[in-house]
Amino acid sequence: MIFKTVLVIALCILVLAMLANLYRIIKGPSSADRVQALDSIGIILIASTAVFSVLLHTHAFFDLILLIGILSFIGTVAFARFIERGVVIERKR
Amino acid sequence: MNVNGEIGEVVGAVLILIGAIFSLISAIGIVRLPDVYTRSHAASKSSTLGVLCALLGTLLYFLISDGFFSIRLVLGIFFVFLTAPVAAHVICRAAYRDQVPLADQSVQDELKDYYMENEIVEVEDKAEIVNYQTTRDKEALWIDQK
Repeated sequence: MIFKTVLVIALCILVLAMLANLYRIIKGPSSADRVQALDSIGIILIASTAVFSVLLHTHAFFDLILLIGILSFIGTVAFARFIERGVVIERKR
Repeated sequence: MNVNGEIGEVVGAVLILIGAIFSLISAIGIVRLPDVYTRSHAASKSSTLGVLCALLGTLLYFLISDGFFSIRLVLGIFFVFLTAPVAAHVICRAAYRDQVPLADQSVQDELKDYYMENEIVEVEDKAEIVNYQTTRDKEALWIDQK
């Protein structure tokens, strides 16, 4: 009982962290700020998926953790390349 | 079994709570710090530590109370540990090359001199590429006309 309460409190804390990142996405002066906050939200999403899989006591979401990690990293790198060079995939010389 | 379950619950709950608190600290840093680079510092380091604590808590909970060792979770921990700092580095680099300004109270910019030299080289490089492409287009046009 205490265990579940602690997990729900952890989820609430993660939601607060996500809202703070959302504030930075909305307000952030440069686009690099927004990309950074989106990457951070992806990482928080991984943590909350792990907490949910403990709360529901199931092994089914472990694939999702890996998948969200990979997708978040690829998206961040693509956005960073776009900010830096204007294109994501360059033409060959 | 019951004792194991309780130990697993305690270990998992403590690690997950620590991870969540670290994520909150990272988010507070993201809101309150003055410029992109310091915000990226807060976002990458403490957020990575937080998610590592949460995933480790999940792994230990399932390992101790169920005896279930998930190699996917280990792989996820490894992957997050490997990629989160790289992503922060790439974003900071993009921000610097996009000329996002530093905070007002920062006193030193050691990258600036090196970056100026490097940037000139890259502009020449880009001009070369454009020249090469236009000559190639002209050649293609010439061949077409012929």
